[in-house]
Amino acid sequence: MLETQKAIQKKIRLPLLALFLIVGFLLFRLFMPDNAAAQESPEYQKLKQIAKDYCSDPTSTDSRCLKSFEDLKNSGNSKSSHFQKLQATAQEQFGIIGEYTSEDFDAMQYLTTWNFNNLPQEERKKLYKESRLPDGKTLREYWIFAEDKEIEIAPGVFFPAWTYNGQVPAPTIRATEGDRIRIHFTNKGTKPHTMHFHGIHNASMDGAMTEDFVYPGKSFTYEFEAEPFGVHLFHCHSVPIKQHISKGLYGAYIVDPKNDTRIKPDRELVMVMNAFDTNFDEENEVYAVNSKAFYYALNPIKVKKDELIRIYLINIVEFDPINSFHLHATFFDEYRTGTRLEPNAYTDIVSMVQGERSIIDVRFKYSGMYMFHAHVSEFTELGWMGFFEVVE
Amino acid sequence: METTEKQNKLKLWVSALLPVFLLIILLFVFLKFGPLGVFKSSVPPIEVAFIQRVAFSPEHITLEVFNDGPEPVTIAQVMVNGAYWKFDMEQSKTLNPLEKGKIDIFYPWLDGDFEKITLISRNGVTFEKEIEVATLTPTFNFFYFKTFVLLGIYVGVIPVLLGLLWFPFLKMLRGRWYMFLLSLTIGLLVFLGFDALSESMGLIGSLPQAFNGIGILVIGFLLAVLTLSAVSYETQHYTKDKGEHYQALIWGYLIALGIGLHNLGEGLAIGSAYAVGEIALGSLLVIGFMVHNVTEGVAIVAPLTRAHKQIGNFLLHLVMMGLLAGIPTILGALVGGFSYSAVLGVFFLAIGAGAIFDVAFDIINQMAKGNWLSIFTVTNVLGFLTGLLIMYATGFLVLG
Repeated sequence: MLETQKAIQKKIRLPLLALFLIVGFLLFRLFMPDNAAAQESPEYQKLKQIAKDYCSDPTSTDSRCLKSFEDLKNSGNSKSSHFQKLQATAQEQFGIIGEYTSEDFDAMQYLTTWNFNNLPQEERKKLYKESRLPDGKTLREYWIFAEDKEIEIAPGVFFPAWTYNGQVPAPTIRATEGDRIRIHFTNKGTKPHTMHFHGIHNASMDGAMTEDFVYPGKSFTYEFEAEPFGVHLFHCHSVPIKQHISKGLYGAYIVDPKNDTRIKPDRELVMVMNAFDTNFDEENEVYAVNSKAFYYALNPIKVKKDELIRIYLINIVEFDPINSFHLHATFFDEYRTGTRLEPNAYTDIVSMVQGERSIIDVRFKYSGMYMFHAHVSEFTELGWMGFFEVVE
Repeated sequence: METTEKQNKLKLWVSALLPVFLLIILLFVFLKFGPLGVFKSSVPPIEVAFIQRVAFSPEHITLEVFNDGPEPVTIAQVMVNGAYWKFDMEQSKTLNPLEKGKIDIFYPWLDGDFEKITLISRNGVTFEKEIEVATLTPTFNFFYFKTFVLLGIYVGVIPVLLGLLWFPFLKMLRGRWYMFLLSLTIGLLVFLGFDALSESMGLIGSLPQAFNGIGILVIGFLLAVLTLSAVSYETQHYTKDKGEHYQALIWGYLIALGIGLHNLGEGLAIGSAYAVGEIALGSLLVIGFMVHNVTEGVAIVAPLTRAHKQIGNFLLHLVMMGLLAGIPTILGALVGGFSYSAVLGVFFLAIGAGAIFDVAFDIINQMAKGNWLSIFTVTNVLGFLTGLLIMYATGFLVLG
């Protein structure tokens, strides 16, 4: 009996040993190469460097390093110069990465462009014509077309937009109170579109009812008198409206007063606050003023100290109930909707729901870099932020 | 005679290779001359990327991204908690299908906070990853090594060895009570098997689709069942002469192995959850696991209670079984903590489930001795249900 037992023991010991060895070998074979690679990878080296940078004693082992990090965190003491260096690195990394690559929409030029005044005379004539009517009034004719186009809204991020004349926001339409406006609109897109103007006009020119929809390949001519004076907007009113707006069909419509008693501004800027829902979940991923996230942060708007700057500000952001404009280190006059010649407020922040707009008159008292952004911090950090560079 | 054989062989080969050959021609024609205008994709490219792992170091976050879609994905921007943040990507920002990439972000993350990371592709498609509780990710150092080894010992080795201590009590059971004990063991095993299966399935959700998690599960599960069955069938003639005690010993080891594999998977899951901050390993949770796993020790010794006298060096065997069941937890916790991949989790849990079900079936088969209805005595059924209930009840201690 004892013999058999011993025999069994012997027989079972070997397979067991083998089993342990095999399992152990397999496990190490499976996992060790990864770890070895991780130790040599640039990422590991970088992490090691970070740990070293952080530690007050660069020769300390990793674990002591991490422990002192935790001690620091727990004590709320972040005065260590190494940790501050790391913090500074992290702070500097805020914002987008890369550069805008598409050239077809110049957000800097857009600020000061209306009635196609950025185009050479020959090209401009094809899209805009000014003439005098028999009754002495000015007739302003525009050729606007709707078009599907991919636009760059953050460096490397492209949005399949619906546009007027291939740009978002649309070309700015600007007239003087009492002018006649005639818009030859052609739909070169793939969905029915319209041009619905905020202003005073006949119902047949409203571009909002089903019978007003201009189907792909079709045209329509809108005609109305420019009134009232102020800063207005136009946008597509086809259904679903939120889709047609969030896809990019909107633009600025400015009507200047006939008898302006205000001081003439030295510089005029058009700013349309907009946003893009890139994954179509009815939440915006990118916020901006004039479509390009952080564009005026990367390329500050240059202005002069003490000059009068007039901003035509429009909010068209879809999906979010409110948006705002806040300017640093100065205050400004706000003319709500621009329809009175006296300012409504002297402030540094304007809040707007969708479709709301204002004229802002501002002067900078000091030179330097001044930030402007939505005082909805969420929007700011998703692209709606820029700078004025004020020079002497 | 020989020529016909040769001809037959040729025929065999031709008949085997002909379809492959034709398929190659078809593929060639298809690629060369196009699919006759039918299968041209007209929908926009479907971009799919998957954030597999997030590692936190001071003021710094590292992501592992995997492209599990059919199209290349270009990561254009990165959002952390709803704010754009600059990032660095090894090599190219474009990931080809099945390609893995690393993204480095310097970001002032907060210890213990919820962090949400969103990648935006060139076409505006977003890929998100949420981390419930951000904590410093362990790097290779002695402190974390110690943590995970101790974790494995507490959760795996100690409870199993504790369970084995019931042996003196269990061996005194006779007749019906012995059958009750065996049934209870089966109950424990079946519960554990389903537990491993469901954990494996749960992990599938965290795998990129391209990995086909259910395939890994099926392969792992059947691999275990079939391998163990084949081994026991092939060695049948050998074990038959050795008597019942030998069979019991093998059961003991098989159960230990199955539980070991289960614990390996469990260790992987605990280690990784701890490392990525999904659970806080309070002492209560560890104690819960300990009590829960004590039952595993009982399952191992139960079939040995009658055979211990015939087996030499019995104590050594018991310890070996305990270690076989427990030590994989340490390995799992270490691997899970330092370089976790859900693929391993799914695979090992499935193997564990297969091994456990296999041995449970073996014991039932032995109890039945060819007459299957004879096992459904009141004692056996009660024993089985008690086993399930013990597992269920101790499971409440593990509210991770």
